Amino acid sequence: MAQTAIDIDIDEIIERYPGKPEYLIFLMQDIQAAFNYISPEALTLVCDHTGVAESQAYAVATFYNSFSLEPKGENLVQVCLGTACHLKGSGLIAENLMRSIGLDEPGTTEDLKYTVETVNCLGACALAPVAVVNEAYQPKVSSPKLMKTVKKLGDA
Amino acid sequence: MSKISVSELSQIQQKVEQEQALRQGQTGAGAHRMHLLICGGTGCQAAGSIAVYEALKAEIDKQGLSGEVAVVETGCNGFCALGPVMVTYPEGIFYVNLEEKDIPELVESHCKNGEPVERLFYKDPSTKKFIPHMKEIPFFALQELIALKNRSLLDAESIDEYIGRDGYKAMAKALKEMSPEDIVAEVKKSGLRGRGGAGFPTGLKWEFCQKSPGEDKFVLCNADEGDPGAFMDRSILEADPHSVVEGMVIAAKAIGANQGYVYCRAEYPLAVNRLQLAIDQAKDYGLVGENIMDTGFSFELNIYQGAGAFVCGEETALMRSIEGKRGMPRPRPPFPAVAGLWNRPTILNNVETWANIPQIIGKGGDWYASIGTEDSKGTKVFALTGHVNNIGLVEVPMGTPLRTIVYDIGGGIPKKHRKFKAVQLGGPSGGCIPQDKIDTPCEYAAIVEAGAIMGSGGMIVMDDSTCMVDMARFFMDFVQEESCGKCTPCREGTRRMLQILEKICAGEGEAGDIETLEELSATIQEASLCGLGQTGPNPVLSTLRYFRDEYEAHVFDKKCPARSCVALLEFKVDLDACKMCGLCFKNCPVDAISWKKKEPASIDLDKCIKCKTCIENCKFDAIY
Ligand SMILES: Cc1cc2nc3c(=O)[nH]c(=O)nc-3n(C[C@H](O)[C@H](O)[C@H](O)COP(=O)(O)O)c2cc1C
Ligand code: FES
Repeated sequence: MAQTAIDIDIDEIIERYPGKPEYLIFLMQDIQAAFNYISPEALTLVCDHTGVAESQAYAVATFYNSFSLEPKGENLVQVCLGTACHLKGSGLIAENLMRSIGLDEPGTTEDLKYTVETVNCLGACALAPVAVVNEAYQPKVSSPKLMKTVKKLGDA
Repeated sequence: MSKISVSELSQIQQKVEQEQALRQGQTGAGAHRMHLLICGGTGCQAAGSIAVYEALKAEIDKQGLSGEVAVVETGCNGFCALGPVMVTYPEGIFYVNLEEKDIPELVESHCKNGEPVERLFYKDPSTKKFIPHMKEIPFFALQELIALKNRSLLDAESIDEYIGRDGYKAMAKALKEMSPEDIVAEVKKSGLRGRGGAGFPTGLKWEFCQKSPGEDKFVLCNADEGDPGAFMDRSILEADPHSVVEGMVIAAKAIGANQGYVYCRAEYPLAVNRLQLAIDQAKDYGLVGENIMDTGFSFELNIYQGAGAFVCGEETALMRSIEGKRGMPRPRPPFPAVAGLWNRPTILNNVETWANIPQIIGKGGDWYASIGTEDSKGTKVFALTGHVNNIGLVEVPMGTPLRTIVYDIGGGIPKKHRKFKAVQLGGPSGGCIPQDKIDTPCEYAAIVEAGAIMGSGGMIVMDDSTCMVDMARFFMDFVQEESCGKCTPCREGTRRMLQILEKICAGEGEAGDIETLEELSATIQEASLCGLGQTGPNPVLSTLRYFRDEYEAHVFDKKCPARSCVALLEFKVDLDACKMCGLCFKNCPVDAISWKKKEPASIDLDKCIKCKTCIENCKFDAIY
C-alpha cells in the first residue's frame, strides 16, 4: 500500500476542499492517505489554503493517532492491542515482532522497510489475536507466524 | 434512478418481498429457487470470505445454475468465530468455516442434487452432533433481533433489498403522517435509552432539542466505537446501513434539522464504504436530500471520518472534531441539545440506538416497551468475545441473565481445564462481574449494582488464566494513553495510577499501593471534566472489589495467582503437578524445554524467552 502515490499531485488534493478552517482534518486525512505522512511542506500548503495557523494545524496533527508527521516504512504492520487481543497475548506478539526487526517501540525501522503500529481493536475480535499487514488481516496470529509473514515482505 | 414516491416505494417493497420470501422459508415466489447468503462482514472477510464468494459464483456459473441459484453477500451474520459462514434458503442450512476447495462439492451436492454437505455443518461443541439448521443452533435460537433484524438476510449494498424488508416505510410514515411531537411521543413511549454507554432516554433528548429555538439544527450519529473489544456498531453499519440512515431522517423531522453527519472511525473502512453507498442510493431515490418524497422536508447527510482518538467518542469532543479542531471535551451545560455542533441545537445518538428507531416508529413505542424489563426496555446487542466458544454478535432482550449469554448462547469456556472467572462489561469505563454474580440480569440498574455498567455492549469473558491486576493495568494504560490532557485530574491522576499498577505487575508493589490507588480513583472520578476521566478508575475499583486478594498476592507474596504476569513467574516445572505429557516441550518455540516419555519436563532458563506458550498449554498448571 505504501508509496503508491508518488504521482499524486499535492495541489490536486488541496483543491478538493474549499479554503475554510473546517476542512483542515479532511485535507490532512487525504494527504495522509496519499503519501502515508504529512510533510512540513504539505502542512504549510494546507494552512495557506484553509487559513489555519501552522501552530494550530500542528496541534491537530499531533492530537489524532492517524496522522504521522514522519514518513512511514514500505510495509505497515498493525498489531491489535484491544481487549480481546490482549487477553490472547497480542502484547507479547507485538514485542517479539518489534524485537525481531530491531525496534524498541512502535515506529519505523531506520531502513524505512517497516513501520509497526499498535492499534486499539480492529473490530475483528472473533479472530483475536489480529494483525494487519499492508491492509491484509492476519487472523489468529502467533509470534512465529507473524514474524514469518513480515520477514517475507522485507525480502521481496 | 430517479426520485420515488410512496406508492413506488411500496411497489419496490412488494416486488422484492416476493424474491425474498425464499429467505423466510417459503418456496416458489421469486425468480430463483435457491439463495445462498454468504457473510461478507469484517470477521468473515478476514477469514477469507471474499475468495469463497468468488469461487461460489464461478462454480455456480460453471455448473449452469446461475439462473436458479442466487448468491448474495451479506453483512455480519454474527457468528464470527466460525467464519466464513453461509446460510442457504429456503432450507435455512448453516455452513461454517468454508474454504475455496469446499465449493465444487458444495455446489454439486447441495445446489444441484439437493443433498446438504454434512461435514460443513455446525458441530455442537458439547454434544459433538451436527446441527444443520441455523434456527436450531443455540447461538441463534436464544437471540431476539430488533437492531439486527436484517442480519444475514440481505445484501447490504442494495437499497431495494432493504426496502423489501419494510425499509423506509417508517420514514415515509413519519414524514407524511406524523407531527414532530408525535414522533417524539412514540420514542418516549418506547422507553429506549441510548445504547452508546450513558443510557440517556432517547425520547427525552429529542424533546429538549425539539424545543430548543433555532433554525439550523443537526442530527449526528456516533459511530466512533472506541471501546477496545466491541464491534456492534461496525457490524450494524456493515450489514444494515440503511437502518441508521432511516432512523436519522426520522429524528431530523422530529427536531426540525436539515443536516446531519455520521462520525465514523477511520479504522472501519468497510463500514464507511457501505454507509456511503447507502447514503448515495438513498439520495438517488430521493429518500435523503431535497424535498424528500415531496413532503417539502429536506435532509442532507454526510460521513465524517474520525482520525483516531478515543475521546472523540464523547459528545462535545466529537462535535469539535467535526468542526476541524482538536477533539477535546468541554464542560456541560450548555448541553448539545441547546448548543452543539457550531453552537446549534444538536442531537447525537449511537449507531445501535438509530437502528432501533425505524421499528419503534413502524410498530409503535408500546410494542418496543413490551420487550425487556421494567427498568430496561427492548433488546441490547453485545459483542461477545474473549475466552468463550461462540465469539460473535448477540442480541438479547433486556433482562436476560449473563449466564444465558455466556453459557447457552456463548457455549461456555473453550479450554476444558480452565474455569470461568469473570465477565467484563463497559470496557475502559466499566467493570467486571465475577462467577458468583453470573445470574445478574442484563439491565441497567442490576449491572450497576453488580459493579459494572451496561456500556456500549462489549462483553469480554475471562477464564482463570486472566490476571485481574493485569486487566486493570491494561484498561488504565488505555485511559492514560487516550486522556486528551485538558484537565489535570485525568491527565496526571491516570498516569500515577498506571505507574503503580505497572509496578505491582512487575513485582515491585509496596504496602500502601492499593490504598493509594483507591484514593487516586476517588479524586479522578470526582474532579475530571468528562466521562473519560470520571469513569476511568472503574476497572481498577471493580477488580479491587472482587479480587483484592489477587492484588495482595502480587504486592505482598510477589505471586501472580493466575500465572499471567511474566515478572512474577519463575518458569520452573512443579514436579508434583507435572503429568509428563510433553505438551510444553512440543509447543516451545525456542526449544528451551527438555522432556522424555515418562519423565517430567525441565526448562532451560538461558534459552527461555518467557513467551508463556508452555504455561498456556499446560493442562495441569504445573509451570509456575
Ligand atoms: C470518553 C468517552 C467515549 C465515548 N465513546 C463513545 C463511542 O465510541 N460511541 C458512542 O456511541 N458513544 C460514546 N460515548 C458516549 C457519548 O458521549 C454519547 O453519550 C452517546 O453517543 C449518545 O448516544 P446515545 O444516547 O444514543 O447512547 C463516549 C463517552 C465518553 C465520555
Ligand atoms: S480486540 Fe483486537 S480486534 Fe478487537
